Amino acid sequence: MVGVISQRKVDQRRLITPEGIDLQVQLADIGARIGAYVIDQIIINVGLVAAFFLIVFGGISAGPEVAITIFILVNFFVRNFYYMFFEMGPKAATPGKRMSKIRVASRSHARLTANAVFARNALREIEINLPLSFLFMSGDSVDGWISLLGLLWSGIFLFFPLFNKDRLRAGDLIAGTWVVRAPKPILAKDLASEKADLDSAFIFTPEQVEAYGVHELHVLENVIRANEFQTVKDVAQRIRNKIKWSKGMSEGDLDFLKAYYAALRGRLETRLLFGVRRKDKFDKT
Amino acid sequence: MVGQITLKSHRFRAEREDSWRELEVILKAIEGRGMKSLSDAQIVALPRLYRSTLSSLSVARATSLDQGVILYLESLTARAYYILYGSQVSLGKRISTFFLRDWPLAAKALWKETAISAALTLLATVLAFILVKNNPDWFYTFMPDSMAQGRTPAASAETLRETLYHDGDADGLGIFASFLFSHNSKVAIFAFALGFAFCIPTAILLMYNGFILGSFIAIFSEKSLGFEVGGWLIIHGATEIFAIILAGAAGLHIGKAVAFPGELTRTESASKAGSAASLLMAGVVIMLFFAGLLEGFGRQLITNDLIRYGIGLGTLTIWMLYFYGPRRQESSE
Repeated sequence: MVGVISQRKVDQRRLITPEGIDLQVQLADIGARIGAYVIDQIIINVGLVAAFFLIVFGGISAGPEVAITIFILVNFFVRNFYYMFFEMGPKAATPGKRMSKIRVASRSHARLTANAVFARNALREIEINLPLSFLFMSGDSVDGWISLLGLLWSGIFLFFPLFNKDRLRAGDLIAGTWVVRAPKPILAKDLASEKADLDSAFIFTPEQVEAYGVHELHVLENVIRANEFQTVKDVAQRIRNKIKWSKGMSEGDLDFLKAYYAALRGRLETRLLFGVRRKDKFDKT
Repeated sequence: MVGQITLKSHRFRAEREDSWRELEVILKAIEGRGMKSLSDAQIVALPRLYRSTLSSLSVARATSLDQGVILYLESLTARAYYILYGSQVSLGKRISTFFLRDWPLAAKALWKETAISAALTLLATVLAFILVKNNPDWFYTFMPDSMAQGRTPAASAETLRETLYHDGDADGLGIFASFLFSHNSKVAIFAFALGFAFCIPTAILLMYNGFILGSFIAIFSEKSLGFEVGGWLIIHGATEIFAIILAGAAGLHIGKAVAFPGELTRTESASKAGSAASLLMAGVVIMLFFAGLLEGFGRQLITNDLIRYGIGLGTLTIWMLYFYGPRRQESSE
């Protein structure tokens, strides 16, 4: 849980709208991008194989030469314009990217232009195909060492996203774009509202709600939302010990956590209104 | 008695939730079926809802500790932001501005790089021409076997003449043209893409292209077929070599921006140069498409040298006028 929160901090980037508010976009992680790439490649290749059979068998009447000509053109256009077509759309994402819940966005305030999409995809050629061509270069035509050096050199482009903090491909760098997460979270139920259903057995003293800060509150929120039996039990026990709460006869662990969450949030938010943000339990403000 | 009263952040959420949902419905419609699917009322509501949700986000960040709400609002406002400030030009309009303004202006803006790129090609061509003229063995250094296809210094004048007017069998013309198009586009895309590495690979590629050209002309002129090979080359070369030179120029432009960013950061400089260069590249691909047609069909079907020269020089003039000719100043955008 703590890992999730700190990963958010690492991936967070500023995106200030013209209205002056920082939207704090999250960079897409490498895994999601590789996943998106693999899905897109599968779609392209399956589509091309299907197109090949369709054109070759459908085009017999027009002669095999016409059919092959059409296929070479289709092959070229599909391979080069698949990414551009989808990334110029309203979702700025290929089907693979949509499945991985990521999208292309402009790095600056400027809108994502068609030119930027073109540039970022034109460089795909050297990033992916260049290393591949060195890798599959046959040993007898070129000296093995040269092909190894070529592979290393072109590998710089392939692994470019791993070596810069914004995970930019060389194409992203040129085009002024980056790839960000585009999740569609549903508005989760407010945990504090559930507290009203509970009986009034949970009344905490001011000292008891002073025990924790915002960080612990967020961890607690995640624990309650995940609602795993063992975690809930352990966390409830630790909080009870910390605040010296004596467990009632029929007191449920989850109910206790919800009640404590609501109380803690109320306390911290009240202090927030007075300009005091208590970071975590070590924060003495 | 702490926490007994309803939380302020909870009340805040309850009051605004409906307008968030409304925005979400509109966004979903746009992402699914486009702007056109919205009703007039929804279009009017969209900017208002976007601003109110943005303000909800700032209030929530300052006063609420409910992570669920903040995450939801961040993602909702980001989605709305990308739609409102995203690309709004229609595809047709985009294409027409590209041909009328963007492409020729980009070519014009990069004239210095184009000149350098052309000079490199020319230099390499002349160099290779002189070298091969003096010692035909150089030919084998420059030319890969797959490209020479028997057109070597050892070939007789008749064989060479034959290749100028009859490339392979005419049945395969279409295949040949489409193959050439996708091959040349790759060369051009490489010339562009490699510029990123401080111009050097682009310069090498351009010179290599020139070497091949020069040694080619040399072996033909050796057999006194200079005039004929000129016609053979110029009919498509005026477009194709020009396109590769422009691609090289685009590559050099980016390489220069990366190597000497000036007052900008290296990244900013690269992306600024990239936008102009990639416009030019889109045009280069179109030029190569024409060149492929000229090479595959025109060159094989038209065997008269003078007509070949006429077409070649004609297309060159058209390109020059289109890119560098005077044009009316239009107000921006």
